[in-house]
Amino acid sequence: MADAATLLEVRDIARRFGSVVALRAATLTVRAGEVHALMGANGAGKSTLVKMLTGVIRPDAGSIQIRGTPRQFRSPAEARGAGLVSVYQDPALVPDLTIAQNLRLARAAPEVVRRWLAQFGFAALDFATVVRTLPLPTLRLIDLARALAAEPDILLLDEITAALPADLAQHVFAVARQWRAQGRSVIFISHRLAEISALCDRATVLRDGVTVGVVDPAQGGEERIVALMLGAPPEQPAAAGIAAAAAPAGPPALRVEGLRSGEKLRDVSFSLAAGEVLGVAALEGQGQEELFDCLAGLRRPDGGSILADGMAQRFRHPADAIRAGMVLVPADRVQALLPQRSVQENIALPLVRRLADWGALPIRAERARVADAVRRLNIDTRAAAEVRRLSGGNQQKVVIARWLAAGFRTLLCFDPTRGIDIGTKRQIYALVRELAAAGAAVLLFTSELPEIALACDRVVVLFGGRVVQELPAAQADEATLLRAAHGLASREGMAA
Amino acid sequence: MTAALLRRHATLLVMPLLVAAFLAVTVAIHPDFGAFDVQSLALGALPLALAAAAQTVVVISGGIDLSVGSLMAVANVLAASTMQHAGFGGALLIAALILLGGALAGAVNGAVLVFSRVPDVVVTLAAGFIWGGIALLILEQPGGGAPQGFLDLAGGTLGGAWLPNALVLLVVVVAAVWLPVRHSRLGLTLYAIGSDRTAAFRSGVGVDRTRLIAYVVGGVFSALGGLALTMTTGIGSPLSGTYYTLSGLAAVVVGGVSLTGGRGGMAGPMFAAYILTLIPTDLIFLNIDPNYGQVIQGTLIVLVVMGGGLATLLRTRA
Repeated sequence: MADAATLLEVRDIARRFGSVVALRAATLTVRAGEVHALMGANGAGKSTLVKMLTGVIRPDAGSIQIRGTPRQFRSPAEARGAGLVSVYQDPALVPDLTIAQNLRLARAAPEVVRRWLAQFGFAALDFATVVRTLPLPTLRLIDLARALAAEPDILLLDEITAALPADLAQHVFAVARQWRAQGRSVIFISHRLAEISALCDRATVLRDGVTVGVVDPAQGGEERIVALMLGAPPEQPAAAGIAAAAAPAGPPALRVEGLRSGEKLRDVSFSLAAGEVLGVAALEGQGQEELFDCLAGLRRPDGGSILADGMAQRFRHPADAIRAGMVLVPADRVQALLPQRSVQENIALPLVRRLADWGALPIRAERARVADAVRRLNIDTRAAAEVRRLSGGNQQKVVIARWLAAGFRTLLCFDPTRGIDIGTKRQIYALVRELAAAGAAVLLFTSELPEIALACDRVVVLFGGRVVQELPAAQADEATLLRAAHGLASREGMAA
Repeated sequence: MTAALLRRHATLLVMPLLVAAFLAVTVAIHPDFGAFDVQSLALGALPLALAAAAQTVVVISGGIDLSVGSLMAVANVLAASTMQHAGFGGALLIAALILLGGALAGAVNGAVLVFSRVPDVVVTLAAGFIWGGIALLILEQPGGGAPQGFLDLAGGTLGGAWLPNALVLLVVVVAAVWLPVRHSRLGLTLYAIGSDRTAAFRSGVGVDRTRLIAYVVGGVFSALGGLALTMTTGIGSPLSGTYYTLSGLAAVVVGGVSLTGGRGGMAGPMFAAYILTLIPTDLIFLNIDPNYGQVIQGTLIVLVVMGGGLATLLRTRA
């Protein structure tokens, strides 16, 4: 098996955390000169495998070989020494240091990093800038450039495209192809199947801690990957055909007129009816964060109006928005949850404020509502004692479950499936459709354009803080959305 | 570019101005304020400034050391009880040994909290009690002494009446320990682990090793603080611990070092130590009960932290 062309071979690797078996027998073979996808649903053991490859944790059993030599990594620095460098799911840059200091920290050559950044369109970046002040996509590309500067034989890219707009993601693909052309390897992790099939030569699929297959992801491979990941025939996309053509009657649950806030949010108007899912499509930083923050009471608008069920709203605090029935499901689960508390407590949290401030809590009633929400959302409660130990998908379900238990009118979902596997993703979209069918209004931003058509009835496209287009979901194919999200043919959009 | 530079070094500009303002107030209420008063100020501020230096290193690295004062007390009583009958050379030798002991004590703190994974607050709180007890075991009552030559290291005015040795000594000692650290890779890693431990680890930093070193440097500064106490008071006082732990921490906060780690520098806390020493002096000049000093110190901490928050708010709004 380990012929000369095999760069990395992971054999029958296993690891347990207490009583939970994260990896049972994972195998991964990466050849020289290939882009290799690592796939798996949440909890399949993917992140455990990545942690072992980068020296964060050590395996209980099994072996890792690089070019036929057995290796044991005790830290990312050791893995780097062996030619394996990772770009992690979230930035690995120290926020209070400047770019230059961060490079020095990782012993990366500034000139090389600068050359890569120039290739990514960031030639003008000042290396004396403190990292904290930079936007997320820029950080991701600095991370990438820093990893490339180490000239790794094996480059591990963990969900790097999740935080990148389409134009910047292209640079990542170009790098991966260049690495392949030079006879080096890339391990590519992404939840976007389209990226996998376009870029990767082979895909290793993990399920329940075991490698269940190695697939050629090109044409037709996607469905096979999904089937392997789910361990059952894939269900049909949640909303296909559900999208209602007829405009729902009645007053809009949410109406936004001329809303503006700060530099980013210039002038946004739309209306959202009960029972409708309205998609928001936009590239990074087109005012969508500000829009959702205003609607959730996290930020005060500079102008314009928000009407919930026809009543003008002025939110001074998230509690005001929640009282008006508008609740937020953020992309970063940690923002919404108390990570060290139990599933039950997290779901019960918004309930508490509706109860009397004094006196005993009606614990039994609360328990019933929580249990009901957990059951409805099919939350995996094996690790219910601490929310932080749940997988990302299950955490996101806890966020939705708490609002379900608390009651709401309008659900504001901001990129709810970021970093979540395809199976759970479909469950979340099915849930969103179900909530809408039950009369909720849903505003849904997603950074993954193909998903708009799956879950939404209508789409508004934001560009430069304004609504530039509104379409029924049936016409919202990726190409149309992408063009609109770039501001059609406007100069500004193309230059990004 | 200049604006960014100014913003990054804001504490370096604000702190000297604040010290100057406090001095101006002092001169206004006490026109006789002269060279002798400057000397007592520098003497009073020296141990506090070194306590603050010890805390600064640890806080920048994302930790906190509640044993600074007690370790100072141990160094203080050790020095006072062993130097009493020693000559100047002997005293210097003892001082060197005590500094080594300080480094060792810091290493023990660091090793325990790195290997046990017990939080810094718990380990150093416990260490504080242990050192406090040991200080009392060494010297039950305030007493002991040191040769005049050793006392003169801080007490004299070699550089003219207005430039007390205590100030020169502080600058030299802090610069000698901190500058090499700050400008090496070690300094970078200290700030890195204080700012974001995970990101630092992923960048290839040995996090445990760096945390341990922070406590070692802190231990050296604590031992220096204890020696400074001996120089400035001439005796050993086993009960000085708590005051220097808390006031040192206050100087760190007032000096613009973020308690969450990764932000701030060494100069700010040094100026802050002078301010915190000036406050009770001013109150004495004003014939106000100096115990109000603690009230004012507390108020100042809150105001400074609020001011920092306000500055950030204005910056993000702008």
